[in-house]
Amino acid sequence: MRYSGLRLIKEALTGNKGWVPAWRDAAPQQSYDFVIVGGGGHGLATAHYLAKVYGRSRIAVLEKGYIGGGNVGRNTTIIRSNYLLPGNERFYEFSMKLWEGLEQDLNYNAMVSQRGIMNLFHSDGQRDAYRRRGNSMILHGAGAELLDRDAVRREAPFLDFDNARFPIKGALMQRRGGTARHDAVAWGYARAADSRGVDIIQNCEVTGFRIEQGVIRGVETTRGYIGAQTVGVAVAGASSKVMAAAGMRLPIESHVLQAFVTEGLKPVLPGVITFGAQHFYISQSDKGGLVFGGDIDGYNSYAARGNLPVIETVCEGGMAMLPMIGRARVLRIWGGIMDISMDGPPFIDRTHIDGLYFNGGWCYGGFKATPASGYAFAHLLATGQPHETATAFRLDRFRTGQAIDEAGAGPQPNLQ
Amino acid sequence: MLIPHPLLGLRDAAEFTYLGDAALIERPDWQGEGADEAFHDYVYLRDNPAGAHRELWFHEHGDRSWLVVTRDTRTHEILKVELASDVAFRREAGA
Repeated sequence: MRYSGLRLIKEALTGNKGWVPAWRDAAPQQSYDFVIVGGGGHGLATAHYLAKVYGRSRIAVLEKGYIGGGNVGRNTTIIRSNYLLPGNERFYEFSMKLWEGLEQDLNYNAMVSQRGIMNLFHSDGQRDAYRRRGNSMILHGAGAELLDRDAVRREAPFLDFDNARFPIKGALMQRRGGTARHDAVAWGYARAADSRGVDIIQNCEVTGFRIEQGVIRGVETTRGYIGAQTVGVAVAGASSKVMAAAGMRLPIESHVLQAFVTEGLKPVLPGVITFGAQHFYISQSDKGGLVFGGDIDGYNSYAARGNLPVIETVCEGGMAMLPMIGRARVLRIWGGIMDISMDGPPFIDRTHIDGLYFNGGWCYGGFKATPASGYAFAHLLATGQPHETATAFRLDRFRTGQAIDEAGAGPQPNLQ
Repeated sequence: MLIPHPLLGLRDAAEFTYLGDAALIERPDWQGEGADEAFHDYVYLRDNPAGAHRELWFHEHGDRSWLVVTRDTRTHEILKVELASDVAFRREAGA
């Protein structure tokens, strides 16, 4: 069924009886050409591009829970391509271009809203670093503007410009950045993939791989054995657990990241704003809630909840940047499990097992990468070769000295 | 999260900084056979288990001791706490 304004009017006039489920709740077949483990944003996007761009069929997406129940429904919905290093920036800019055409591609309203993202700076040194980053963005076609203090004041007059410790000196602005409705992204990709014959199989947890003489044959699941010629794993926080079944140890630690949303308020924030003196970022959802977050808790965790000291720190950051936030009440706090890589950037690569591919290590930046991650992973699954924008995301990059240390923090996951 | 320090009793986890898997105590021999490979695995690869995890915490805002904390990563329940120095001495005695 194609969604359109005309369809909406027709259904409204005929009692909304014509709507059908957006995707089938498929039961597993005996075997597929492609099995994608993980029905999150990345897995569903992979299935969509595999079917649409690379023309493949007999594809299944296996999800241990339900569609939209993992990190794709638990993030702070920010999209941006404001990285410094070439290995990252060309990939995230590719993702931004896909975001810009996503709704037409999927025939689904993902509420992509390019309201801009402002990274505040508070010192001369930080201004230089952001100028350099902005130049890198411009070189990659992402666009960037360096705003001075007055220009920031015009965008967001409510910020604490004369904070005694961290006065705001300006900001790096990417006007194409913004937000998207996170679970609509999952639903849109699921519907688009399903319409091309992809089987989306929920409540189907992969418990092991069948590997014969170094070649993948299929996956063992809670709903029985499923044969596959090619298996792609995109399971975010569960990466180490799933890949251990294939005998792999990954350069990844799982950490908990908390996010926060306040009660609904009238429109007050123009776009996404990040604090330069501490890890704090905030935007306003279309429902009106202020959505914000900060650092990971900093210790290995598979519990989808965090601890109080981080909540205190994040709220202090918010108070320092925009004191008016103190009038809002936090409605919900939740945690998600992040697959934090040793240097920050992700992996989209083959493994030592023929036909088994891995996509993970997204840290807390997985949502904005969803379209490009799916596209590049589909390219890898279909052709066996890395996509041109994802050649840096190799599993052996530490062995070959090609780490992409965007944060300059060294191999310490809780500092990424 | 509260960490039962072996010498100081229950302490707020916010007093500590976290390093990671306690296997980091077992630094490879830099002159040994295949040291390149051993150091790659030591620095970059992790078991990252969902369940009991032995890990290094540093009591930075306290007595500045290193602890080996065994913690369930699914529930954050702390199962065992030892002084890292005790663990290291025991390892040397056993080696």
